[in-house]
Amino acid sequence: MKHLLSAADLDAATATLVLDTAAEMASLAGREVKKLPTLRGRTVVNLFYEDSTRTRISFEAAAKRLSADVINFSAKGSSVSKGESLKDTALTLQAMGADAVVIRHPASGAPHRLATWVEGSVLNAGDGTHEHPTQALLDAYTMRSRLGRLAGLKVAVVGDVLHSRVARSNVALLATLGAKVTLVGPPTLIPVDLRTEVCYDLDSVLSDTDVVMMLRVQRERMNDSYFPSEREYARRYGLDGPRMRKLPEHAIVMHPGPMNRGMEIAPEVADSARSTIVEQVANGVSVRMAVLYLLLGGKS
Amino acid sequence: MALPEAAQSQPKTILTSTDLQRVVDRIAHQILEKTQGAADTALMGIPTRGGPLARRLADRIRTFEGVDVPVGVLDITLYRDDLRRQATRAIGPTEVPPGGVDGRRVILVDDVLFSGRTVRAALDALSDIGRPRSVQLAVLVDRGHRELPIRADYVGKNIPTALAESVRVALVETDGVDEVKLFGGTQ
Amino acid sequence: MNAPHKYLIKGVSVLGRPKTDLLIQDGVVAEGDAKGAEVVDADGLVALPGLVDLHTHLREPGREDAETVESGSRAAALGGYTAVCAMANTSPVADTAGVVEQVYRLGREAGLVDVQPIGAVTVGLAGERLAELGAMATSAAAVRIFSDDGHCVSDPKLMRRALEYVKAFGGVIAQHAEEPRLTEGAQMHEGEVATRLGLTGWPAVAEEAIIARDVLLAEHVGSRLHVCHVSTAGSVEVLRHAKARGVRVTAEVTPHHLLLTDERATSYDPVFKVNPPLRPASDVEALRKALKDGVIDIVATDHAPHAVEDKECEWAYARPGMLGLETALSITLSVLGEDWDLIAERMSRAPARIAGLDGHGHDPVPGAPANLTLVDPAARRVVDPAESASRSRNTPYAGMTLPGRVVATFLRGTPTVLDGKAVK
Repeated sequence: MKHLLSAADLDAATATLVLDTAAEMASLAGREVKKLPTLRGRTVVNLFYEDSTRTRISFEAAAKRLSADVINFSAKGSSVSKGESLKDTALTLQAMGADAVVIRHPASGAPHRLATWVEGSVLNAGDGTHEHPTQALLDAYTMRSRLGRLAGLKVAVVGDVLHSRVARSNVALLATLGAKVTLVGPPTLIPVDLRTEVCYDLDSVLSDTDVVMMLRVQRERMNDSYFPSEREYARRYGLDGPRMRKLPEHAIVMHPGPMNRGMEIAPEVADSARSTIVEQVANGVSVRMAVLYLLLGGKS
Repeated sequence: MALPEAAQSQPKTILTSTDLQRVVDRIAHQILEKTQGAADTALMGIPTRGGPLARRLADRIRTFEGVDVPVGVLDITLYRDDLRRQATRAIGPTEVPPGGVDGRRVILVDDVLFSGRTVRAALDALSDIGRPRSVQLAVLVDRGHRELPIRADYVGKNIPTALAESVRVALVETDGVDEVKLFGGTQ
Repeated sequence: MNAPHKYLIKGVSVLGRPKTDLLIQDGVVAEGDAKGAEVVDADGLVALPGLVDLHTHLREPGREDAETVESGSRAAALGGYTAVCAMANTSPVADTAGVVEQVYRLGREAGLVDVQPIGAVTVGLAGERLAELGAMATSAAAVRIFSDDGHCVSDPKLMRRALEYVKAFGGVIAQHAEEPRLTEGAQMHEGEVATRLGLTGWPAVAEEAIIARDVLLAEHVGSRLHVCHVSTAGSVEVLRHAKARGVRVTAEVTPHHLLLTDERATSYDPVFKVNPPLRPASDVEALRKALKDGVIDIVATDHAPHAVEDKECEWAYARPGMLGLETALSITLSVLGEDWDLIAERMSRAPARIAGLDGHGHDPVPGAPANLTLVDPAARRVVDPAESASRSRNTPYAGMTLPGRVVATFLRGTPTVLDGKAVK
């Protein structure tokens, strides 16, 4: 594995290797000394063109636990905001000896472009409405550790699938790992041809699902006529207490964060024992350590 | 490039199954002797074959003296100094022995002692788990060619080798058979 | 200027007919004494009427770093063209007599092809009020085609008025059919690939809806309509229906829409970003068929040079458009096969008729203006962006092997290309 650009690029063996490695990384997390010397002398650049403190911190923690040098390059207040092109930035990072670049970018495909301009590894930390592969990996890791398996799991992905890079990555990865995904949301927010089962009625899928993954719905979508009002959205597609109680006893509720409490998810659900939201954050660091190790831990 | 048949020597068996059991017994006895009955002692095997060896030693110690020595596994992949020289390696599990390592005598167990780099990595890995009172090293085979100032406290068998040769330890638990063989390089 | 040369093109096949010699003298294809003529060995070559491109972006004035009238003219001549219609979306916009005359004059000065300016329909391409269409029509540039290309004249009332108004001087509105409300933020064809790549979709219906509206408007006011870069099967059906009803509508297709599909976007390389976007194979098939059966009248390049920095970037930030002048004939040849008469119709005669370019679009037979091009149909070439005569390098065909090669082009009897190289 040279880059991690898209969850769709991962075959089942590689994805499983990441999850297994993440499990080992997680087992090291409880130790007195959390730092490992593995990536000593390696430089990881966090190149963030969008504010995303949680994702950046997660990658930063992962890289630092593996002893890599971390350089945070945020687009705000840098040469990037002065109009430097991504290519020129790439050449700068190249000259600085970056072994890996973790990129978050509002344009779909920006990590693919970057990978053609730098010699080091490129990790996609979210690109536009395309993909967010480490989020999908940490979600799969969370499902596996809660439910013991991925193959055959029934996963309902609920909400604004159209604009969600998390959904795209999850659909691709879960299919590879043998889970059965159903997309649920208003027809306006379900993209065409994602080659996955689609249902417009949340209530009809709840009783037969192992995982409900709630996606963040941006309130601005309302202004673009994707749905009429917040209230109507919450009524039709929000996960509240009564809906949660329709789920099978073992089923879990996931959310990639940040949540709109009261919109797509009721506080009662977010704070319930079924919710894996806090675990997802912790697992994020282990999964990102695994990915960094697998990309940088060997001969380059 | 294939070498001419004559240049490749047949592998030589160094320890048979019976020899290997005898050697393990002897190391177990030596541990008991040197540690005053294995008090405050834990064994940690270095994967792959150090793990089963550590469990065998614990088993023999229990048989000989009725003492239960805690056993753990110490994966050193993330501490290796040669990561960049090879393709990425899969990480193995690390199991801290019951009761931990702090204040104890920890005996690292491995199959072959060669350059000493594995042991160096194991010492680093161990120090991230806790602070043992002392650390010792037990190996089935010492084949020489040290690159670091490291020596074993318990050695099953010293085998003088050439650099081009390789020593392969097989164990029932991992390989289905107990034996140690020396594979020849070129003459 | 030197006295015009006399050329004897020996052993050429005019439009695939039996071999003959063509004498070029005093700007026309002549009959008579070939003594003293410079001989052009045309054994194995096919003579076509000089190609006419109804849709070229020459970028001058404003973006001379991407293309100039001269560099674009040279690329055109190398592609076998003798006339190109220069789109109005320059900076400043070609929405006044002054700008169209400037472009016209630059074309004459370059002298490699006839550059016929297209005038903007609305002031500044803003889609709000009509530009001075009459002033451009009566200017030295004698503009007949008006287009806001790059933008759609989406206001139905304004479109109706434009269609009506240009009847006074035999003009035609060339519509960039794209309902802007349906393509906000659009990056590529709306479909499976866009979904997978997370790029905002450009639905086929955004084109089809405008074409449907415009053919009805054209019918209603009895005007001529030309549809730029038709890209979908649905558009073809709308056009077929309109033509059957007798609507005076003509349509063009670009070489890239005849060859490439939206799968190309998978690389996220913006060299494949174009507007309208590349479509799926089913649309490509429908366009090919429509070009053969005449529902689509012509091939037009939509040659759109862009500076490196506008393409070496993120897909969403890249400008849409691709080079086309130097490869259009090869691609048409690969799509239509060696049906030279059909190629001449789709790439020369019909576009010349639509544009009202009387000196172009005539088969190279005695008496015709000597605007012609000689093609080696047997040649194969690998497209190398570095070799392009354009100032830009954004060809989507880099590395592809294409059939056919332009060996020589004559503009009014003067060679602009000889031995496959631009004369000046």
